[in-house]
Amino acid sequence: MTPVSHRVVGRRVETADVVTLQLEATDGSRLRYAAGQFNMLYAYAVGEVAISISANPLGGGPIAHTVRNVGSVSRALCGLQIGDTLGLRGPFGSDWGLDSAAGGDLVIVAGGIGLAPLRSVITQVIAERDRFGTVEIVIGTRTPEELAFKAEVESWRARSDLSVHVTVDRATPGWRGTVGVVTTVLPRVHCDPAAIALVCGPEVMMRFTALALMERGMPASRIRVSMERNMQCAIAQCGHCQLGSVFVCADGPVFTWERLEPLLAVRQL
Amino acid sequence: MAGPSGTTLALDGDGLETVIAAVRQRGYTVIAPTVRDGAVAYEPITSAAALPRGVGDEQGPARYRLRERDDDALFGFAAAPSSWKRYLYPPATTLWRARRDEHGTLLFDESAAAVPRYAFLGVRACELAAILVHDRVFAGAAHPDPTYAARRRELFIIAVHCGSPSGVCFCTSMGTGPRAREGFDLGITELLDTATPRYIVEAGSPAGLELLESLAASPATVQDLEAAQAVTDVATEHMGRHLETGGLPEMLQRNLEHPQWDDVAARCLSCGNCTMACPTCFCSDDVEAQAPDGETSARVREWASCFSHDFSYIHGGTVRETVRSRYRQWMTHKLGTWWEQFGTSGCVGCGRCIAWCPVGIDITEEAAAIRASDGRGRGSA
Ligand code: SF4
Ligand code: SF4
Ligand code: FES
Repeated sequence: MTPVSHRVVGRRVETADVVTLQLEATDGSRLRYAAGQFNMLYAYAVGEVAISISANPLGGGPIAHTVRNVGSVSRALCGLQIGDTLGLRGPFGSDWGLDSAAGGDLVIVAGGIGLAPLRSVITQVIAERDRFGTVEIVIGTRTPEELAFKAEVESWRARSDLSVHVTVDRATPGWRGTVGVVTTVLPRVHCDPAAIALVCGPEVMMRFTALALMERGMPASRIRVSMERNMQCAIAQCGHCQLGSVFVCADGPVFTWERLEPLLAVRQL
Repeated sequence: MAGPSGTTLALDGDGLETVIAAVRQRGYTVIAPTVRDGAVAYEPITSAAALPRGVGDEQGPARYRLRERDDDALFGFAAAPSSWKRYLYPPATTLWRARRDEHGTLLFDESAAAVPRYAFLGVRACELAAILVHDRVFAGAAHPDPTYAARRRELFIIAVHCGSPSGVCFCTSMGTGPRAREGFDLGITELLDTATPRYIVEAGSPAGLELLESLAASPATVQDLEAAQAVTDVATEHMGRHLETGGLPEMLQRNLEHPQWDDVAARCLSCGNCTMACPTCFCSDDVEAQAPDGETSARVREWASCFSHDFSYIHGGTVRETVRSRYRQWMTHKLGTWWEQFGTSGCVGCGRCIAWCPVGIDITEEAAAIRASDGRGRGSA
């Protein structure tokens, strides 16, 4: 699968090591995707990396990717400026399945950069707010400085039809909000067992979040998590992303906890 | 025994030469076994004279040797070290190239390599099964691999049913051989009951039938057909290895924490030889290859091994940090999870991983050892 050339039409520095790029295809084509899917982004002469889409799929605007600088490719991507081009192939993988959640409550839990794929879903939910019941959003970061999409999170907080909880592992001067990992907030969150939970963050955070949600009475089948694995082909052919019988690139990245829990229970599977 | 056509011919050595000529005349490059550096290798040939006459092999754990046979057999050996996969799924393939136009905008060109037309002569039943496995992985996928699909479409397969299985063969256990049943254009049985070998050739496809009908040769007699069947019947009795496949995926699944994984990990060098030799292993890395002039950069897919430490690397570390977990991944994939992914076993019983493991680790023995104490390593997955 050959990438399509995309131009950076918007760039926002989110935190010290996170940048959001807004992209438009140079051939004018438009990508159709669902919240939760990812693309392979290519930096010239460096390589490709899997990055989830952080834009509203219904927004009609440029596609957005929020990239954390953790390796050579993501560093090159973070360094791109408006007007620069990159390669994009996708979209790949499963999505958050928002349609199947319509009519019910949502509990959205993000850890760190895990907010990026969930921002895609949150912006879509806001655009179609009537389709859902209560919407609880829990966002955890290590420090207040590491919170991405700050202005947007503030605008979500300001809405009466969303309930937004931000917590940090470690407060820094000036922080007056909650301190503690996301699971310390979960007991305070409205959580109907019939709700759908969407969870993305580090693996250990997702595990503890899923356990905490199950303690609140949610079945594992209603908890959806987005997995990270080494992805190279993104089309179930290179083998890198396998987890048991699952190809995370094609069968995931979004799985129910019911499907994932037994796989993650085996160390180094 | 006979192909769908009912046409089966009996040829002598010269007749085999005319088959090769007829295939070449149809524009194919014939790849066939030949002896190279003390081993059988699948290489381009132009004549039957290049086939390994009177050559047999001895294979065992960490062992491969050629031996002299006391006959003139041209196919008197089992699976060669390097499988056919490198012709359909080359060790390195350029996927696409990136360049910049005069404004600096990135452009992408799909790699458009010429498609070779191969005729594989001497494909064993297990090897044919391996090609059918790769068909599912690469051609039956949601995004078919263009290189594989194009080469595969052009491929002409001349299977040779096995008469001389080696000490590491277990195709009967895997239900893949020693007689190829489907997927070939021509199927050949070598008969060694006369002073010089004879070849019973059946058609397995319309293309094979067309070729057979172009040859001036006599049809096989009922006795010939019986003799051909006897060759593989005898081979069935001479398998070097056995693997109990009943309930195998489930058996492995409930033993993911079995102590045998520690045992094998203490021996395994994590060298990845088994994955390179295996005809069905398909893992690859995508790597970047910038042209020396800096004007273009190519994305190249290269064979990779799940045994390498960074194969499962994600930011923060490697998922399968231990050799134990990597051997477990490989073996449970081959014999277990492959079924769920592709509806077939990932192992066809060729024995290459046994012969080419430098420390002689034997997949059949490892599986048997786990089964012998089934339940000692309950995993929850
Ligand atoms: S796992 Fe071993 S015996 Fe099975 S197909 Fe691969 S190389 Fe052959
Ligand atoms: S099983 Fe043998 S061939 Fe395979 S990685 Fe281990 S030592 Fe190497
Ligand atoms: S990324 Fe290659 S198989 Fe999933």
